[in-house]
Amino acid sequence: MGTTPFIQIKDLQKNFTSQNDTVTALSGINLNIDKGTIFGIIGMSGAGKSTLVRCINFLERPSKGTIIIGDKDLSLLNDRELRQVRHDIGMIFQHFNLLMQRTVEDNISFPLEIAGYSRKEGRKRARELLELVGLSDKRKAYPSQLSGGQKQRVAIARALATNPQILLCDEATSALDPTTTRSILGLLKDINRKFGITIIIITHEMSVVEEICSDVAIIDKGVLAEVGKVEDVFRNPKTEAARKLFYNSANKIKKMKGKRIVRIVFDGKSSNEPVIANLVLEFKAQVNILFADLKEINEKSFGHMVVQLPEDKDLSDKIIYYLRNIIKVNVEELIDYVAS
Amino acid sequence: MLPADLINIMLDNMSMLIKETGNTLYMTLVSTFFAYMLALPLGVVLVVTREDGLYPLKSLYRLLDVIVNIGRSVPFLILLVAIQPLTVLIAGKSYGSTATIVPLVVAATPFIARLIESSLQEVDHGVIEAAESMGASLPTIIFKVLIPEAKTSLMVGCTIAIGTILSYSAMAGFVGGGGLGDVAVRYGYYRYEGEIMLITVAIMIILVQLIQYMGMRIARKTDKRAI
Repeated sequence: MGTTPFIQIKDLQKNFTSQNDTVTALSGINLNIDKGTIFGIIGMSGAGKSTLVRCINFLERPSKGTIIIGDKDLSLLNDRELRQVRHDIGMIFQHFNLLMQRTVEDNISFPLEIAGYSRKEGRKRARELLELVGLSDKRKAYPSQLSGGQKQRVAIARALATNPQILLCDEATSALDPTTTRSILGLLKDINRKFGITIIIITHEMSVVEEICSDVAIIDKGVLAEVGKVEDVFRNPKTEAARKLFYNSANKIKKMKGKRIVRIVFDGKSSNEPVIANLVLEFKAQVNILFADLKEINEKSFGHMVVQLPEDKDLSDKIIYYLRNIIKVNVEELIDYVAS
Repeated sequence: MLPADLINIMLDNMSMLIKETGNTLYMTLVSTFFAYMLALPLGVVLVVTREDGLYPLKSLYRLLDVIVNIGRSVPFLILLVAIQPLTVLIAGKSYGSTATIVPLVVAATPFIARLIESSLQEVDHGVIEAAESMGASLPTIIFKVLIPEAKTSLMVGCTIAIGTILSYSAMAGFVGGGGLGDVAVRYGYYRYEGEIMLITVAIMIILVQLIQYMGMRIARKTDKRAI
C-alpha cells in the first residue's frame, strides 16, 4: 500500500450528445486498479460498463476526468502517443471481432504488423501464442472454420501479441456456453498468473466475477455503486445493486410473509457446521429457509442462505446475536426483502 | 432468315466483328481501370468522412455526396455529348474507342464510388474497433481492415461495374464511339442490316454472361468467410 495504483480512473464522466439532448452514460467514476489483479466491472445492461472499458483505452474519449496508466495521463497524449499506449493494452470482445479474411496466424500477428514488426517475427510470435491458447493445429484455418470458444482463444492470443500489461475483456464470455465460458476464464487466469498481466473484465454475470476476479466494481445507472474485494462485497453488500447481482435468484421468491428475514453468509469453517440445526435446538424456534446457495469465490467456498426468523422480536434478536457473536457468521437483515 | 444465313453473314464479317469486340473490351476494361483509380479514393473518403465514420467531416461528405449524385443522375448519352470539349482535350478527338474512354470514366466513377461505399459500409464495426484498440492508424485501418475485409463485396461490385460500363460503351456507338455498339448502330440502325445487329447483340450477351460468371467465381473463391 501507499504506492500509486497501476491504473487510476479519475472523476470520469462520459456524455453522449445527440441532436437534441445529452445523455450522461457515466459520471463521477473513481477507481484504482492494482497491477496484476483481475478486476471485475459488473452491472446490468445499460449501466455504462462497456463505455467505461472503452474509456480505459480511450476508444471513447471521456467528457470529463481522465485515466492514468502507470505515469501516463491519457488525456494529455496526442493521437500518435495514444496509439503507442494501445500497444500496451490488449482487448477482447463479446463477438471476437476477428478479421474474417485472414488466417488465424495472420490475425494473431496483426497487432505486431501494426506495431511495425517484420512478418517473420509476427509468425514466430503467433506460433508461441497458439501454443499458449492450445490451438497450434489451427494456424492456417480461417475464423469461419472455428467454434465460438476457439475464436475467443484466437482473440486472446491476438490481444497478447504485443505483450501488453493490461488486458481488457468486454463481455468476453457472454456469447459462449457455460462450459466454454469456464475454459476461457481458466485461460485468462493462467495468463494472469504466468505473465502478471492486469486483467479488467466487464460482465453482467456475477458467476464470472466469482470465478476469477479478486476485486469487483459495481456500476449502476452510470455511477459506481460499490467497489471492493469480491469476498468482502459478497459477505457484506452495502448497496441494493450489489445485492441484486449477488443473489439475483433469491429475489425470485416473492410474497413471503413475516418480517424478520436475514441473509447469513458462511465461509470456510462455518460452512462445515450444522449452523441451522444447532440454532433450532438452541432456541427451540422455527426457522424457514427461503434460499440457499454455495459459491466458489477465488477458490474458497462460501455459502449463503436467506432465512425467515420467528415473528417474536426478542427471540429473533437473540437469534441474530447468537449467529453474529457465537457462531460468528455474517448476518444482514433484509428489510425490503418481502417487498421486492 | 435462316440460322445458316446468320452464320454466313457472321463469317463474312468475322474480322470486323473480332476487331470491334476487341475494341469493346478495350474500352470497357481501360475505362473500368481508370474509373476505379478515381472511385476507390472517392468511395473511401465517403465512408470515412460520414457522420458515423472513422474521421467525420460533415461538409466534405456533403459536398462529395452531392457531386456523386449529380454525376449519377445525368443520362449517359447527354453526358457523352456534353463533355465533348473535355474528351477532345484529353484524347485529342471526340470519336473512336480511345476517345470514348473519357466519358465512360466520367460516367462510371460516381456509380462505382457508390458501389465501393456500400461495400465498405458492410464491414463489421467491431472489427474496426478491434483494430483501433490495437493502435492502428487511419491509413492502416483503411488498407488492412476496411478494404481487405470488404474484398468479396468489392469484387461483386466490380463485376456489376464492368457489365454496366460495357452497356454504356455500346451506347457510345451512337456518336461514333467504336466497338460493338458502333457496329450495331451503323448496320442495324442506318443500313437496316438487322442480322449484323443481332449478331453484335448476341456477342454482347455472351460477354456480359462471361464477365458475370468469372467475377462471381473469383469473388466466391477468395471469400474466406464461409468455407
